[in-house]
Amino acid sequence: MTRRSFFARNPSALIFIACLAVFTLAVTLMSEAYGPGLISTSFVKTLGKTLCLCLVALAMDLIWGYAGILSLGHMAFFALGGYMIGMWLMYARTEEIVVTALAQGGLPATPEEIQQGIATQIFGVVGSSDLPAIWSFAHSLPLQLILALAVPGLLALGFGWLAFRSRVTGVYLSILTQAMTLALALYLFQNDSGLRGNNGLSGLQNLPGLGDTAQDLVSIWFFWASALALGLGYLTLSWLVSGKFGSVVRAIRDDEARVRFLGYPVEVYKLFLFTLTALIAALAGVLYYPQAGIINPAELAPIASIYLAVWVAIGGRGRLYGAVLGAAFVSLLSSLFTSGRLPDIPLGPASLNWVDWWLVILGLSFVAVTLFAPKGIGGLFDRFQHIGAPDRKGAQLGPDDGSLQEQEAQK
Amino acid sequence: MTALLEVSGISVTFDGFRAINNLSFSIDEGELRAIIGPNGAGKTTFMDIVTGKTKPDAGTVTFGERSISLLGLNEARIARAGVGRKFQRPTVFEDQTVEANLILALKANRSPWRVLFWSPKAADMARVQELATEVGLGDQLQRKSGELSHGQKQWLEIAMLLAQEPRLLLVDEPAAGMTPAEREQTTTLLVSLAKTRAVVVVEHDMEFVRRLNCRVTVLHEGSVLAEGSLDHVTRDPQVISVYLGRG
Ligand SMILES: Nc1ncnc2c1ncn2[C@@H]1O[C@H](COP(=O)(O)OP(=O)(O)O)[C@@H](O)[C@H]1O
Ligand SMILES: [Mg+2]
Repeated sequence: MTRRSFFARNPSALIFIACLAVFTLAVTLMSEAYGPGLISTSFVKTLGKTLCLCLVALAMDLIWGYAGILSLGHMAFFALGGYMIGMWLMYARTEEIVVTALAQGGLPATPEEIQQGIATQIFGVVGSSDLPAIWSFAHSLPLQLILALAVPGLLALGFGWLAFRSRVTGVYLSILTQAMTLALALYLFQNDSGLRGNNGLSGLQNLPGLGDTAQDLVSIWFFWASALALGLGYLTLSWLVSGKFGSVVRAIRDDEARVRFLGYPVEVYKLFLFTLTALIAALAGVLYYPQAGIINPAELAPIASIYLAVWVAIGGRGRLYGAVLGAAFVSLLSSLFTSGRLPDIPLGPASLNWVDWWLVILGLSFVAVTLFAPKGIGGLFDRFQHIGAPDRKGAQLGPDDGSLQEQEAQK
Repeated sequence: MTALLEVSGISVTFDGFRAINNLSFSIDEGELRAIIGPNGAGKTTFMDIVTGKTKPDAGTVTFGERSISLLGLNEARIARAGVGRKFQRPTVFEDQTVEANLILALKANRSPWRVLFWSPKAADMARVQELATEVGLGDQLQRKSGELSHGQKQWLEIAMLLAQEPRLLLVDEPAAGMTPAEREQTTTLLVSLAKTRAVVVVEHDMEFVRRLNCRVTVLHEGSVLAEGSLDHVTRDPQVISVYLGRG
């Protein structure tokens, strides 16, 4: 049997990569760094961050849209990745400042002095001057990058093992994941958590060693890195869901007991997917927070993970491009509406303030999509390809009520 | 001949109700066996126990020549050990094609890592085609199985069970909801299946069992009431009173 190439079997992956490449090129050529500056540096950052959100939405689609596990805690993994890279960024950057400051004293500073200076600089705000033990690796980028994947990955592995082994499913699992992200957020809010409490980590946009490089350039580099990560993530996940593995995953979503009786270790599959998607989320976080410049425990609030689910639902779950479209569309609209730049709309005695009303609009559109367009934005593409929803007319194909009608079967 | 499946002294209680009461019997390698009994006799519960869905309160279930205990294994391990199960309702993955359903069931390594890097070999695809043809779905491979009729779904599920190549096949009320012609076909298929593996068929329709022409176990209130040929058990006064008393 001849096997068609990956792209022939997954035309949407090719289209997606092409669109992403064109988009990246266009933004680059319009940026302040490489073009006339039609797109401001801050908007390049917004776009770069949006690409990271699209990547975490891909992960969410895999775990929810394909495997049917509604995790409402994946933004915790995203933020943990951000915290881990943020520790290195803040440490290394502070180190530069401290070394320069001490050098003005004349004598070269001892390592102890530098260490002490860094600790005071970073932890002064929470009334401490000792570097907590969890900062032991913060001096090293490679170590901290490993942690950025290892910490969220091991957390997901441990959490998933406990939850899936006891066969927690459905809404109970969703609640458990919400509890996990809430517990983490509350822990990080404490000053003695070692991550600066509610101040979080800041100044992350300043890359150590690149003090002289303009943010124009740095922003476009991160934009490229985010586009590359999204592209690779998309290809990997399209490959993952297109073969037999994807078939097993969708089967687990539709009837996990039946999959067990076929001999598949369903819990191991779930654990694998949960951990893999947590790693993808963490990677997205690693790229996101240097562009955002700041991270604090509010990023792990339960609502953040609920938004993630809303994006995927609006984009259309169970199809990867749907998740990307949903995340891009909703998060860009959200930053538009909450920027405060849109003028209020006067409505007689009251006026419509977009910042206040955006959440209400988002909530209503979520309800509307769930009720009237369960396939989300992605459903529009089905329209183009004439994959219609069952339109029940004509004679039944089979003797039972459930079978499709002859017209719909042909579509 | 040694027993393939040996069930001895199992009991299950649901909220104080004894669904299975000290049940013992055994199935030989390559045997075709019918289990009959009135509704609520515990037939489905017995299958749940053998396939690991329900854990009994007491008793042992052993399988294979090395007599491994099935009670310590989960559903997936039991399935991999060689026990296949057909449910009362047809359960196929409606969102996926007939071909994908068969590939899922095809005997192969089930671990995520191996499945991830699995790619169809010519032999696999030939086997899928052969199985589909055997159950009359040879030209329907690319159709979504949700589009199939009830009878076709039953057949697809049977083909999936064959693809699994189990040593013991448990079939729960296969003829329910079938037309007389489909019933006829199903009996023929079950008899031919039993040539290469042990098959246990649960049914409460006597006519269907008569056509299977095999040893019969009568279950009643969770334990064995009688066992033997159909003629033997239907002459049994206890069986007559259970069936006629209710009938
Ligand atoms: N999960 C369960 N919880 C409570 N009672 C059950 C459960 N499963 C089966 N039963 C009861 O056990 C008895 C046997 O059921 P079942 O094995 O389905 O009978 P059969 O398949 O022979 O008709 C019935 O009375 C049924 O109500
Ligand atoms: Mg039953």
